[in-house]
Amino acid sequence: MKTVFQPYDVTQEAEVNEPLDFKRRSRLQHVDRTFKSEITSIIQLTEMEKLFHIRIIDHAERDRFTFRPGQFIMLEVPGFGEIPISLSGSTYQRGMIELCIRKVGLVTGVLHRASAGAHVGIRGPFGTHFPLERMKGSDILLIAGGLGLAPLRSAIYYVTENRPDYADVRILYGTANPANLLFDYQYEQWRRADGVQLSIIVEHGDGDWSGPVGLITDLLPDAGDITRDTFAIVCGPPVMFKFVCNWLSDHGMPMQRMFVSLERRMHCGMGKCCRCNVGSTYTCLSGPVFDYWTVMNLKEAI
Amino acid sequence: MLFRILPKEEWYRFIDSLLETAEVVGPKQVASDKTGKPIHHYLPVKSATELDLDYENTEYSAKTYFLPYQETLSEYKFDEQDWSQEIRYRLQPRAIVGLHACDINALLKLDKVFISSYFPSPYYRSRRQNTFIVGIDHDPCEGGFCRSLGTDTVTHGFDLFLTDLGDRYFVSIDSDRGYTALQQVDSREVTEADTREYLEVRHRISEGFATQIDAHNLANLLDIEFESDVWKKWGSRCMGCGSCAMVCPTCYCYGVTEEISMDGESARRIKQLYSCNFVDFARVAGGHNFRPDRSTRLKYRYYHQHRGFAEAFEEPKCVGCNRCGRACPAGITPPEVIKDLQDEDRP
Repeated sequence: MKTVFQPYDVTQEAEVNEPLDFKRRSRLQHVDRTFKSEITSIIQLTEMEKLFHIRIIDHAERDRFTFRPGQFIMLEVPGFGEIPISLSGSTYQRGMIELCIRKVGLVTGVLHRASAGAHVGIRGPFGTHFPLERMKGSDILLIAGGLGLAPLRSAIYYVTENRPDYADVRILYGTANPANLLFDYQYEQWRRADGVQLSIIVEHGDGDWSGPVGLITDLLPDAGDITRDTFAIVCGPPVMFKFVCNWLSDHGMPMQRMFVSLERRMHCGMGKCCRCNVGSTYTCLSGPVFDYWTVMNLKEAI
Repeated sequence: MLFRILPKEEWYRFIDSLLETAEVVGPKQVASDKTGKPIHHYLPVKSATELDLDYENTEYSAKTYFLPYQETLSEYKFDEQDWSQEIRYRLQPRAIVGLHACDINALLKLDKVFISSYFPSPYYRSRRQNTFIVGIDHDPCEGGFCRSLGTDTVTHGFDLFLTDLGDRYFVSIDSDRGYTALQQVDSREVTEADTREYLEVRHRISEGFATQIDAHNLANLLDIEFESDVWKKWGSRCMGCGSCAMVCPTCYCYGVTEEISMDGESARRIKQLYSCNFVDFARVAGGHNFRPDRSTRLKYRYYHQHRGFAEAFEEPKCVGCNRCGRACPAGITPPEVIKDLQDEDRP
C-alpha cells in the first residue's frame, strides 16, 4: 500500500532561505521570529518615561532593518511579553533603534528595571508611515500632545534632516506639567534648525515655568497661516487630536492633509489577532498612521 | 473535478488505510442531551466504527485542529543573560473526515486570512497542508442558515467530498492526494443512475432549509444601524462569556501571552484564541478601553462577521452554522439579531 501522506514541511519552502525581513509582507516565512537586540543605553527622560537605544545584534539583520517615521515595532521581552512601540529615532541612523517607553504595565515595567546590555527582541517595522515625501515643498505643522512626541520625533528628525525640502516647519508640543516634557535636551537643537519654530505649552505650570500655560489648541492661533497647502501631523491622545484637527479643519485645512497616529494594543502586528481593529480596519496594517478623513469614517476610532 | 463511487463496505477499509499514516479525526457521539438528542464532537478515532457520519452538527467546530485554543508560537531558552528562540510548526499528518460544507467553507475563509493575505501564518499553513479533508453532504441542520450565505455547498478546499446514496458514496475528488487515497480501496466509475440519484439527493437537501436570513446588503445595513437601540437590547442580554467565538468555525481573534517555566530556564510565547466579547479585548496601555460596554462588543462581533470581513474579502465571515446561536447561554442568535436590525425603522 502506498503512503498517502508525506508530511509537508513549510520550512523547506524557498522563502525560508530568504533573510528575515518584515517589509516582505506577502512572503515572510517565520512571522514569529524576532531580531535579537541589545539595549545599548537608557536615558531617563521623566519619572515615567525612558528612552531606550537598541541595536540589532546580527550585522546582516541590522543592515536590513529600515523604517519610516510613524511605523512601529513589536518589542519582545522573553518571558514577559511583546508590546507595540512606535519608533522614535532618525530613519537615517542605521543600526540604532530608539524607543521612548512609558512605564505603564508588565512589559514596560520590566523594561524600566532593565539595564544596558540586556537582550530583547524586535519584530518589524510594521504599519503605515507619515507621508513625508508627499509633504515636500509645503508648510508643515507637527503637533504632539504628551507621549505623542514619541512617534512625532521620528518625523521631526526626518524634516530637519531634509530641511530644504520643506517650506515653514512649525512644531507645537503640549504636556500636562513641565515635569512631563520629553526630550527637553533637544529643543534647542530643533529651534536652531533653520526656519523651524517650536512652541511648547503646559496645562499646569510650576514655579520654574515661564512659558505659556493652557491646552495645545491655545498655540494654534499663533502658529502661522493655515492654507489649503499646509500639511499637519498630529500625535497624541484621541481627545487632543480631535480638537486640534477640528480646529485645523475649521481654518481651512483639508482633512486629508492631516495625519494622526492611532494607539491600539496589537498582539501580532500582522493583521491576524484583531485586537487593534477599529470597526473593521486593522490599525496594524492600514494604520497606525491615518489621514483624519479616514479616521472620521472609522467607527469608534476616537 | 473527478467523481467516483465508493461502496460503503469499502469505506471502512478506506479509513483503515488513512489510519496507517495519519491521525483520523471525525464526528463521534460523546453524550446525549436531555431530550435524548446525540451530542457530537470532532475527535480522534481508531476505526471507522467510532465515526457517526449521520450526525446533525457538532457543538464545537473543527477549527481547533487548525487554530488550537492554545498554541505555542515559540520557546525561549535562557542562558545566563542571554536567550535563544525556538520555533516549531506542526507537521504530523491528520485526516478530518465528515466535515460539512459550512465547515469547509469556514476553512476557505480562514485560508484567506492566514494564507493568502499579508503575513501568511506558517503555523496555520503547516496544519492546513498536513490535513487531509473528507467532507460529506447532509440534510439541513436545525437553525442553520448556511443556505442564505451561500455556504451550503462547497466546490474546493477538501480532498474528497461524499454524498450518501444509501449503500454507496458519491465521491467528489478535489486533489491529487485525494485521488491517491481513494486508489487504496475499490471504487468504481460513476454511472448515469448514480448521477441521477446524486442530483436527487442534492435537490432534497437544497429544498430542506427551514431557516433563512436576508443577507442582502447586510454590510450597508450594519453601517446605517450603527447607533441602533437593537444593539443595546441584545447587548444587555450578552454576558460577555465568549462562547460564541469559541464554537464559531471562523472566529480567529487571539491574544498572545508569555509564561516562564517553573525552573526559570525557559519561557513560552502562547497564542490563545480570544473573543471580542471579552471585557478587555480592546483595552490599551494605561487602562483605556475602546469597547467598555457589552453592547458595543456584541455589535463589533456582528460587524466583523458581516461587514469588516466582507470589506476585506468580498464575503461575510459567517457561514451560517448557528453554533453561536446554540451555544449562547443568553439565547442570542444571529437570525434574530439580524432580523431585528432589518425591522428597525422599516417603513
